[in-house]
Amino acid sequence: MTDRVIDQATTGSPPGPSGSAGRGDRILPGGRVDTYRHPPLVRVSHWLNVTAVIILIMSGLNILLAHPHLDWGRVTNFGNHWVDIPPIPNWLLIPQGRNLAEARHWHFFFAWVFVINGLIYLAYGFISRRFNGRLWPTRADLAGFWPSVKEHARFHFPKDEEARNYNVIQKLTYVFMILVVLPMMLITGLSMSPGFNAVGGFLLDIMGGRQSARTLHFISGALIVGFIVVHVGLVIWTGFYNNMRAMITGWFVLEPSSHEAEAAPAPADRKGEPS
Amino acid sequence: MSDMTFNRRSWLARAGAAVGVMTLAACQRGQTISESLRVSAEALTRRSQRLLIPREALAPEYKATEISAFFKPNGSIDPAASEYVTLRDAGFADYRLLVDGLVERPLSLSLTDLRERPGRTQITKHDCVEGWTAIGQWTGVRLETLLDEAGLKPEARYIVFHCFDALTQTEDGPRYYESIDLIDARHPQTILAYDMNGETLGVPHGAPLRLRVERQLGYKQAKYIRRIEVVDSFEAMPGPRGGYWPDRGYEWYAGI
Repeated sequence: MTDRVIDQATTGSPPGPSGSAGRGDRILPGGRVDTYRHPPLVRVSHWLNVTAVIILIMSGLNILLAHPHLDWGRVTNFGNHWVDIPPIPNWLLIPQGRNLAEARHWHFFFAWVFVINGLIYLAYGFISRRFNGRLWPTRADLAGFWPSVKEHARFHFPKDEEARNYNVIQKLTYVFMILVVLPMMLITGLSMSPGFNAVGGFLLDIMGGRQSARTLHFISGALIVGFIVVHVGLVIWTGFYNNMRAMITGWFVLEPSSHEAEAAPAPADRKGEPS
Repeated sequence: MSDMTFNRRSWLARAGAAVGVMTLAACQRGQTISESLRVSAEALTRRSQRLLIPREALAPEYKATEISAFFKPNGSIDPAASEYVTLRDAGFADYRLLVDGLVERPLSLSLTDLRERPGRTQITKHDCVEGWTAIGQWTGVRLETLLDEAGLKPEARYIVFHCFDALTQTEDGPRYYESIDLIDARHPQTILAYDMNGETLGVPHGAPLRLRVERQLGYKQAKYIRRIEVVDSFEAMPGPRGGYWPDRGYEWYAGI
């Protein structure tokens, strides 16, 4: 198949950052194009993160059961909690059955996996300028925000050349998760540590106290659960095999473009734009 | 199949093998998986906190207006041991704190002796491992003061706190104990508190004397202290892991 690998420049397709790994498109039969989307480090860190986050959520729910209440402020308001957590089904817990000591072991071990993996991913993303290319929305992206919202609302997701780069909603969601929600998870978690409080006490003050940090930790976790539901749903909806193949092998198939037949002008100006 | 594809596959195979080896390594101690996770995570947490947090860095202190109206008494709240009951009924007049083990001059101190020494008052938060928080004011003598008075022998490594209480609330249940290293023992906020919120420490909160080691969780704050023993290793402690709760699966280093 090597002889069919063509450099992007010769095909006239946009020199997207996906080509920065030095791999061009592969032309497949029927006008389909195989494009190299995820370098090895991104794929490995993605699946490590999946493992860590799932275990963190399930062990976190077990830890929550030791004191199934949430409060705002510095201290716990016994008898007048902000929220009382309802019983949580056993199959959602790591380990199975309420066990604070063991749940903490799972939680803190995989917190370290999450942090180290996340730091490597972030360093790579910034140094390789991959975030700039693939994730940071351009002005043109932002200008197309509302049209993109409409397309999402109609469950219309392009599978052709337009899918080569993430759309503006994808970009904003990934940036929000990577730079806001996941770091929030770490900062709110660390702020519950009495050891860390001795140097990071200002973070406690910003959040309004340790019980606020604990509640924000739970809310960030809920946002991550919400992201996972939508993300996995869209992975299935927009082509489960193709998406999974991309995150395992790195290669993603673009279907032949159908826009010429439909005479849809909108994507034309977006096509030529370097992302 | 191109070389590129082959390289990629073998790279993935190697990555997969590495994950497998890591998983096996995690189990190599022949303990349960969670126990292996505790060993690695606790070591990483303790070492990185010791590395990144200056020895003298203080836990946050709060204003008098921020003291909790209700401070939940947890664990033992009324020890059943007859020796304790006798002392308690006499208002702890006959109480003597023993400081011994690897020291040059063992001490035996009454509450009056302790109150005559320089005291420290601090308003700090108490973070239970379960997740709740309360803020209280503590007054007591710095542990370092007593250790310097007794004079640590060169081989001293850990301070063990032997307590009157058993969590079973019975006479013969396993007695509570805790231990800390010399870094925490010498920390400015590590005190043996005899007053809480401006009043004599009550029985539910550990009368006559309890430990405050403010950069760790609640279960390290040993109540009803009977004796302070200086040792050189965990082998010299009452249980295998250096504390009542650590012996039951919790981390010895409770900084998180």
